[in-house]
Amino acid sequence: MTEPNDKSRRGFLGAAAVGAAGLGVAAIAPGLHLIEVSQASAPSQGASSKVRWGMLIDTTKCASGCDACVKACNTENGINEVLKDPRQASQWIRKIDLKDPKSGIAHSLPMMCQHCEHPPCVDVCPTGASMKRADGIVLVDRHTCIGCRYCMLACPYKARSFVHMTLTEQNPEVPRGQGCVESCTFCVQRVDKGQIPACVEACANAEHNAMLFGDLNDLNSAIAQRVAQVKTTQVRADLKLNVGVRYQGI
Amino acid sequence: MMIQQQTKTDDGAFYFALAVGGLISAIGVAAALYMEIMGHQVSGMNNQVFWGLPHVFGIFLIVAASGVLNVASIGSVFGKKAYKPRGPLSGLLAIVLLAAGLAIIMLDLGRADRVIIAATHVNLTSVFGWNMILYPVFFGLVGLYVWTLMDRSKNQYSKTVGTAAFIWRLVMTTGTGSIFGFIIARQAYQSAILAPMFIILSFAWGLAIFLIVQEIMYARSKMELHPQLRARMKNLLGVFIGAVLYFVAVYHLTNVYYAKQFEFTHFILVSGGIFPLLFWGGFVLLGSVVPLLLLYAPGFNENKGSVTAASYLTIAGGLFLLFVFIIGGQAYPLDMFPGMQVTSSFFDGKVDSYTPSLPEILLSVGGFAIAFTMTLVGVRVLRFMPQDDVAKLQSAGYLHD
Amino acid sequence: MVRLLALMAFLIMGAVASLAAHAAGVPKPVIKIENPGQCIAATEDMRVNHMNMLGHQRDRSLRQGIRGEKANLNGCINCHASKTTGSVIGKDGFCESCHTYTAVKVDCWQCHQPKAGYKAAGIKP
Repeated sequence: MTEPNDKSRRGFLGAAAVGAAGLGVAAIAPGLHLIEVSQASAPSQGASSKVRWGMLIDTTKCASGCDACVKACNTENGINEVLKDPRQASQWIRKIDLKDPKSGIAHSLPMMCQHCEHPPCVDVCPTGASMKRADGIVLVDRHTCIGCRYCMLACPYKARSFVHMTLTEQNPEVPRGQGCVESCTFCVQRVDKGQIPACVEACANAEHNAMLFGDLNDLNSAIAQRVAQVKTTQVRADLKLNVGVRYQGI
Repeated sequence: MMIQQQTKTDDGAFYFALAVGGLISAIGVAAALYMEIMGHQVSGMNNQVFWGLPHVFGIFLIVAASGVLNVASIGSVFGKKAYKPRGPLSGLLAIVLLAAGLAIIMLDLGRADRVIIAATHVNLTSVFGWNMILYPVFFGLVGLYVWTLMDRSKNQYSKTVGTAAFIWRLVMTTGTGSIFGFIIARQAYQSAILAPMFIILSFAWGLAIFLIVQEIMYARSKMELHPQLRARMKNLLGVFIGAVLYFVAVYHLTNVYYAKQFEFTHFILVSGGIFPLLFWGGFVLLGSVVPLLLLYAPGFNENKGSVTAASYLTIAGGLFLLFVFIIGGQAYPLDMFPGMQVTSSFFDGKVDSYTPSLPEILLSVGGFAIAFTMTLVGVRVLRFMPQDDVAKLQSAGYLHD
Repeated sequence: MVRLLALMAFLIMGAVASLAAHAAGVPKPVIKIENPGQCIAATEDMRVNHMNMLGHQRDRSLRQGIRGEKANLNGCINCHASKTTGSVIGKDGFCESCHTYTAVKVDCWQCHQPKAGYKAAGIKP
């Protein structure tokens, strides 16, 4: 379930890496260091509009009280600051517990940026810092974010957080900082390397396998096949945002 | 000709007021700088209520800026002679209030140091993006308008420029209302009525500010506003306050009947603690009913103090209304899973609270001080004092009892 | 008149202070190359154009997802970080010493990690 469902893309990346490394080795000259070899490899093709990254969350498998996905997200993305007021802390992914007051049926599920096809945050951003990549991943460009928080008002999922303090403990691959708005990136730094998001990996490692990541456009991918077979829900489907994160079992 | 002459104000009082205004402005800017360095952790804002007191005060000033220009428009666009001498002051206040409102909003940005990006990267699908065009053009148009009003050789253009400014101002406040009107995510907003509602709000708030400034200028210059003129403007304020009540009522009715936001409306009007209190006690009673009584009840309505008091209360009521609208709208949880009980570590399904911290209060008050100081300097260096040719107005039938 | 004199005195004092600073000599930047060898371009080119290289690359990387370009900030940091502090900033850091000397303020480190290969630990919220 957690196997990468975009084998062709991964395979291509792998082959490209080997090829590039080969070129690098061939071009290597005395006095050159390894670090330059990595820099000499050809850049990746970038996000393709043929791909639509998405996630399917099976709430019947998601355990209440388990927060493996949240912990993995915090580790991967360096979300480690402590704020006096917990309401000021950043949460890229959170666990929500639902209870139907009539039937008493309970669900547990992770909630994060839903990576909408028509993201309200992108519509309202005055500077264009909120943006959607060709492959459907919604990101904040912190180079142009002015910290107005209008996107937080516009997001129906409360997926965005504002960084309330100076940060120094970032991971090199996940820049984030004070005064900018941020949210789940689908672990774009991993996805671009052909890996799956940290939360999905952690869910599998915890043997819940409630999260599935892949290309919704690739009919052969596990996620596309599951979405075609089972009844899935988009949260706030009434808004017609065509989200990238689907839920099963609610 | 019987034009009331402006008498020279005393220097001591001017410099004292300038020093006080400047000091409070400076403290406000310093408070913003402190928030900028420490991060917004020193504010009462958080990731649920992320627009706080600075937005209430800033948006109030921006809305009032558009409305205060009404006085000039009535004079030169709609040709009402009694308002003509008030055009330049009205234009000055429009520029000053917009500048002060924008100052608060921009100083509160997470990255206020990069505010220039807002001008260099404009996303035209964003209502904020439109504002990056609407506000500068407003400054330009109103500046030009004041010029055509004050320079006799350019008077002939004042109607054309005034009409342009009038239309632009309506568009601009439509933009301000649409900041919230186009937010589909939240129960409090997503309503087409917000654009016209904000225009009516601007009329009332702008006129209230104008009346106060005019009254202070007359008092400082030991001049007396003609009672009939005051009565005219007082009646206009009354009409605007009534119209605001009407629009706010329709907004809530639309939310209940059309959008079916029962829980939210119940929260904001009945069960939501501080918010219903501020709505009914602050906005409806203090900010609307009492001013209407002051303006119309026999015994009060002749009194110039009661017009000024009504104006101050209208402003206070406006701030209460915006507080309920902006803060209350965020404090109420997003309804992601209708009919479900929702709990999480991120306060989903929970009503949030907001207590402004000192730096936010200082910044907000500082914004008002910036407006005060700029007005003070403006009326000192140029002739903005409305001076009425009472005889002329009388013969034109403008001063009936 | 008094105010004018005070202003002039202030300006003169400022000028004297600035001259004194120049006489003492502003300390030259410490440019320590931790990994001698070839950079991605000639030194002169890097000195003049590194900001353009990084600026264009950052947009391609973030907005288009093009990874592994020759110019990239983490590449710079990995090669140029001080072997003692592990960072490109700090007093004699590769980036900071020059930027202090030229008085060019950069925003990079408000979001980017200036330490090479840094591993941040996550916590439970």
